Amino acid sequence: MSPMPPSRAPKIAPATRRIAESRSQEDQTRLDAAMRGFITDFGPEAATWMEACLHCGQCAEACQFYVETGDPKYTPIWKIEPFKQAYNRQMGPFAPLFRMFGLTPSVSLGQLEHWQELLYDSCNMCGRCTMVCPAGIDIADLVEKARHGMFDAGLVPPDYLGALAGKERETGSPFGIAPNAMRDSLLEIGEKHGVEMHVDEPRAEVVPAVSSIDLKMYPDSIAATAKVLNHIGVRWSFMTKGFDADNVSLTAGDREGQKIVTEAIVAAATDCGAQVLIMPECGHSYTEMRWEAANTVGHALPFRVLHMSEYLAEALEAGQLHLRPVPKDGQGHGVTFHDPCQVSRRSGRSDAPRRIMQALGLDLHELADHGPDSWCCGGGGGVALIGRAKTLRNHAFDIKKRQVAETGADTVYVTCTGCRQTFEHGFKDAGAETGVGSLLDLVAEQLDEKEKTS
Amino acid sequence: MTLLDFARGPALYAATLIMVCGLVWRLTGVALLPFRRDLAASGPNAKGRVSGALWQVVSRSFPRRSFLGRTMVTVTIGYAMHIGLAVILLGGAPHILLVTQATGLDWPALPKGIVAIASGVTLVSLLLVILRRLTHPVLRLLSNVDDYLSILLTLIPVLTGILLAEETLLPYETLLTWHILSVEALMIWLPFGKLAHVVFVFAGRAALGARQARKGALQ
Ligand code: SF4
Ligand code: SF4
Repeated sequence: MSPMPPSRAPKIAPATRRIAESRSQEDQTRLDAAMRGFITDFGPEAATWMEACLHCGQCAEACQFYVETGDPKYTPIWKIEPFKQAYNRQMGPFAPLFRMFGLTPSVSLGQLEHWQELLYDSCNMCGRCTMVCPAGIDIADLVEKARHGMFDAGLVPPDYLGALAGKERETGSPFGIAPNAMRDSLLEIGEKHGVEMHVDEPRAEVVPAVSSIDLKMYPDSIAATAKVLNHIGVRWSFMTKGFDADNVSLTAGDREGQKIVTEAIVAAATDCGAQVLIMPECGHSYTEMRWEAANTVGHALPFRVLHMSEYLAEALEAGQLHLRPVPKDGQGHGVTFHDPCQVSRRSGRSDAPRRIMQALGLDLHELADHGPDSWCCGGGGGVALIGRAKTLRNHAFDIKKRQVAETGADTVYVTCTGCRQTFEHGFKDAGAETGVGSLLDLVAEQLDEKEKTS
Repeated sequence: MTLLDFARGPALYAATLIMVCGLVWRLTGVALLPFRRDLAASGPNAKGRVSGALWQVVSRSFPRRSFLGRTMVTVTIGYAMHIGLAVILLGGAPHILLVTQATGLDWPALPKGIVAIASGVTLVSLLLVILRRLTHPVLRLLSNVDDYLSILLTLIPVLTGILLAEETLLPYETLLTWHILSVEALMIWLPFGKLAHVVFVFAGRAALGARQARKGALQ
């Protein structure tokens, strides 16, 4: 391996170190912590991927950050380069040879500080690059592991992402919302929207987790959740003991915080005998609960984990959800739909939202790249929570904006709070007039109570 | 012992030993890491892990349509080089003879002209690979000594093979000696660098396929 040409390293100011005690640590200790963080949980899968890269560069062509900026430093596999070097020197099967012959230079803390921008600001962990890679390398997974290392070395971007993750670890909510405050807010939303709200019921078949972002910015979606569940007629309840559907810690790379959030939700849902845990319109935390929670708590979950769109599609199929078709718009613009990466590409459920849209009679004009091929909105993986990444994020969003415009649709529907925010900000910054709608909110508006009772 | 005897005898055994042991070591090094049992419930569209792995090994050999617009050049050169190499190795009469002598297996050789065309295509593809690595911004950034060495170690046997088949430039025995020695150099480097992709590219696909199959998210 060649040494890193300094001219190629991303030029940004060294990051402020987030963890106070890290300041006094020797650089070496922090470096060791970074590498340990990276390789903890390293199984045969990740190690195989570390060995498999051909340096063919195809992953760059799948990544919105490279495609829209043309800057080679945004090549997906390059984002984990220092960790690849460290792996080769310290852990790979030929590590002694790499060290003996100086085939890979050792990684410095300064190098990792420079890499902060590549690992956080310019990766949505969307997995699009994984789809093109001829060696099947899951770069998004490796970026997540690299972020573990960065967190352990105190190298998380401090504005928003780092701060929110810190708050989440401390209080169980990225905005520090305590359970009783959450309870009050939920009841208040119920009152304001005239919806019967169920909070902290002793028994519930269905438990929806709550995104604090919804609570702060889209309370209508929380009311919509209640309205739809009441319509379906299932015994349900929000549980304030474990509700945080944001899991900012996951995107920050804080495994401990991630575990605290996951365990709280699992415990709350288990205690009330839930059969289904619904992850609201949210991306990464869905992946965490759906695919990682059981491994985190060390046993199979006693309930199913479904994304809101999966739950609604199932309810439709079971004849529990009755919807009135949306009246056609006169101009025939139709609508389009943005697939959330974690549900669609990473979990194979592109079908669920489309079943709902079909039941709503929407005139769907698909994006040029949709389903598993869809481009990320640019805000995933915590990028939306990094203030300084705004310009880059808007660059990444350009591709989405173009594809939406090409459909001629006047509204883009989303099923993820994070995507919703990114679209709203992206369109606003670009002065575009395209509307952004939540599919859940639309379902709540189109409930057919008459059909239900007949 | 002439240099040719050395190349055909001890050098060949040593190179084979290094290649096999090196690959086994590298594979074992990753395979023996602790395997975590996945406790998550599988997805509604789940497939078996093994069939997912196999499916991905095969399907990733074909480029995905949605990316082709941007990856066409890489894919085309890659295909040309690999198919060319396969034709030379599996269709060239001397290579078949070598396998027959070692294992008893035998199959008809391709006409010499076809193998010659394949050799030319492979050689040009390899030169293009080098050119692209030197000029394309992404490839320039990613490429390291290992990449160039691996290409060079592939290119020399192809070149010496072409000269040998044409019996030109140097005496036959000399060319044969250098052809064999260059192949042995390739074999010795294979397990240590990028050439190990002959194994790891499939292992990487299989690992992804097995995981995505459980989720019901095979692409
Ligand atoms: S596409 Fe895969 S093999 Fe090619 S450079 Fe990217 S990670 Fe490596
Ligand atoms: S996961 Fe998405 S954002 Fe990250 S490198 Fe891959 S394609 Fe780019």
